Amino acid sequence: MVDGQIPIEEYETGNTVHEIDVATLRGEHRVLATHSFEKGEIVRGYNRRTLHVDLSKGTIEERPVTDDMIAKFTGGRGFGLKILWDSISPGTRWDSEDNVLAITNGPMCGNTQYPGSGKSICLTVSPSTDIVCDSNVGGFFGPFLKFAGFDAMAIQGKANEDVVVVIDGIASEVRIETAPLEETNTHVLSEQLAHIYAAEDTEKSRQRVSSITSGLGAEHSYWGCLNSSFYDPRRKVARVKQAGRGGLGTVLRDKRVKGVVAVVPKFTGVENNPADPVTMAKVGTKLHKEIRDLDRHQCNMRAVGTGHLVEIMDAYDLLPCENYRFGSFPKASKLYSPKFYDLFTKVIPDGCWHGCTMACSKTVDGFELRTGPYAGHRVTVDGPEYETVGCGSNMGLWEPEWVLEFNFYCDTYGLDTISTGTAIAFYMEMYEYGILNRERCDDLELCFGNARAVMEFMHRMARGDDGEFMSVAPKGIRRVKDWIKAKGWGDERLVEDCGMESKGLEYSEYVTKESLAMQGGYGLTLKGPQHDEAWLIFMDMVNNAIPTFPDKAEALHYFPMWRTWFGLNGFCKLPWNDVEPANNADTDEPSKVPGHVQNYVDLVNAMTGSELEKDDLIIQSERCYNWQRAMNVWMGRGRRADDWIPYRSMGPVTEMEYVSREERYDTALVEKAGMSKDEVAGMTVPEKMEALYQFRQDQYQKLADAVYFRRGWTHNGVPTPQKMISLGFGDEADMLRMLQDRIDADTAAGLNDWGGNYDESEDPPSDDPLYWEKW
Amino acid sequence: MITVNGNGRDHVPDETVSGLLKRLNYIFPLVIVKINGTVVPRDSFPSVNVPDGATVEVIHLTSGG
Repeated sequence: MVDGQIPIEEYETGNTVHEIDVATLRGEHRVLATHSFEKGEIVRGYNRRTLHVDLSKGTIEERPVTDDMIAKFTGGRGFGLKILWDSISPGTRWDSEDNVLAITNGPMCGNTQYPGSGKSICLTVSPSTDIVCDSNVGGFFGPFLKFAGFDAMAIQGKANEDVVVVIDGIASEVRIETAPLEETNTHVLSEQLAHIYAAEDTEKSRQRVSSITSGLGAEHSYWGCLNSSFYDPRRKVARVKQAGRGGLGTVLRDKRVKGVVAVVPKFTGVENNPADPVTMAKVGTKLHKEIRDLDRHQCNMRAVGTGHLVEIMDAYDLLPCENYRFGSFPKASKLYSPKFYDLFTKVIPDGCWHGCTMACSKTVDGFELRTGPYAGHRVTVDGPEYETVGCGSNMGLWEPEWVLEFNFYCDTYGLDTISTGTAIAFYMEMYEYGILNRERCDDLELCFGNARAVMEFMHRMARGDDGEFMSVAPKGIRRVKDWIKAKGWGDERLVEDCGMESKGLEYSEYVTKESLAMQGGYGLTLKGPQHDEAWLIFMDMVNNAIPTFPDKAEALHYFPMWRTWFGLNGFCKLPWNDVEPANNADTDEPSKVPGHVQNYVDLVNAMTGSELEKDDLIIQSERCYNWQRAMNVWMGRGRRADDWIPYRSMGPVTEMEYVSREERYDTALVEKAGMSKDEVAGMTVPEKMEALYQFRQDQYQKLADAVYFRRGWTHNGVPTPQKMISLGFGDEADMLRMLQDRIDADTAAGLNDWGGNYDESEDPPSDDPLYWEKW
Repeated sequence: MITVNGNGRDHVPDETVSGLLKRLNYIFPLVIVKINGTVVPRDSFPSVNVPDGATVEVIHLTSGG
């Protein structure tokens, strides 16, 4: 017992207690399909089998994981991509019968020796983007899926009624059961499932049940998230982490799945059966000590989680305020981490997987809700993490309590806080300009700062309100832009420039106007504008460490490949660089945190018995990264036009934004765009804005040129057969043929040419029109 | 004058590394500071002065997200 720690038996959340009648709930279940499996053994991180559930056919199958599959796709997200490639067609859309929701783990997932080893990675064809979206999540589900016997699972088809899929690792049985009486909203449903499927009526048994659920919001929006539960015996609640991006929960509910449940027997810290458990423990101990000794002086993750970033982003003009118009705000200090620290339940260690000493999952317990169907209830709110607080500043919600209310209802309704918050912020800006108004918003007064309107919007969404605005708004910014334009409301360019989406997915919560590399970090991505590929703002904007296009392109190669690797293996990104070794400053590339990179090399070799070196990890990622981009191409996207980003992420859209940072933008016109000071001084603000607009649009195209070249893609952003062969996909004839056909079609359409405008003093990445053929 | 991350800045006599970071509003905790290519240990930030003409690198580590 740590000094000051609250004993389990003495802690009371003060939450409203849910009465759970297990006998009645379970009594209404009918078993639709059953599959018994041989209990296997995890060897060096792999079960070597995946699970396939077809809800339309009512079938449950096991499929082998071959050596070839491991060699090409590694695990986790890579396995998910392989499953999707084998299961869907180019025309598959989110609500197609053949769409697959894949939940994967990875060879390191479930390890308890090293912090952040409990991630699962979920993939599906997204309703927002019409391409494959991947999203990672903590909680216990990924490790339990592995401990129950599977390296990944795929859910295909649709049920005719609400069901749960149960992976029972105790009985070695998989079942599809009807579930007519359970709640749909997560905070009640996940608790019901923990009680229903626990082997015994004890807190310990409930801790060995984890579920994937969503909620009513997911049924009526494109923002559905997956909640992965981890039962907390101290708080006596099923807490949740989210696979938020891309509408995966929307797909779950479209398949009429209320929950996916994994149940496991008692397990140990070496359930993965590593090749070298001594090294695993040694490397883990090293990081545990670093976190213990250094975190409080560095990011303070153990006290406030990722929320520590709010005050930092505000100080560096990067915190999105009022739909990204501003990067800081006078009221922002109301949302700084100490404000939430005051509300958090303290002392209790809060990891979302066993053995994670970073323990960044925070809660506010006994929080009394003000609105909606649970008004007056006292609940546990998981979070808020930085991104959710950033949604608060983006919508102009400056009271921590409203951010908590928004956070809670997003989670229980199964909504991605990022897409929900970013989209509402856009609607608020349109409301401010009169492009939307109360009448056009189905009587909602969606102005910045109106927390009650935000909550009413969410409650109506969960109820399936069929007003015109309420029918289109939950489908996201892209659909609302099209709706506004079809109505002829407002200036089309203003609407396009303000709405922060790319590929149909809403931006996460960082202002990127002054970081070209981070504009690429959002736009030149596989699934859309999420910061989990690369976060380069400091390196680019503050450190000024990657000034040239090739420099930026190298960063936009390395960091996405590095971070992809976490998803192949089941790692969380945070312990990589949210704590740094004491000697990191003395290393040659401190931004890559070489000491921790070596940890990962040692860990994966200790788990799998391989002899990989750090460059081999990048190659593993490059295989899957290129495969996913190629799948985007296969599905009709994945080209330069699809990597478009809205101008709000590049520069000031409105005069108010320009004037608020006039000196900065005037200086940019002189120092970056090459205009004279006298020339700039003689221009009106609209003239300066247009000059900056043209300059920055061209800079982005030049960045895309450099990045495509560095990644070995065509001018139009297509991975080439040559590149795929070099990565080991020489026997994937269908993929190679498809890519060549698309490249030929692009060439015929004149699309294989550089996108930037290069004057005589500049060189494009290559003069050879077929440079990729010699790659 | 001094140079900080490639940008010219005024030199302030007797200004320490901590003082410079505060002046530039560099509050991010994961920073590495080099003066003329030499790393300044973090616990020396309050005591090491920034000399006139110095080339200062304030390397913010990646973090974020």
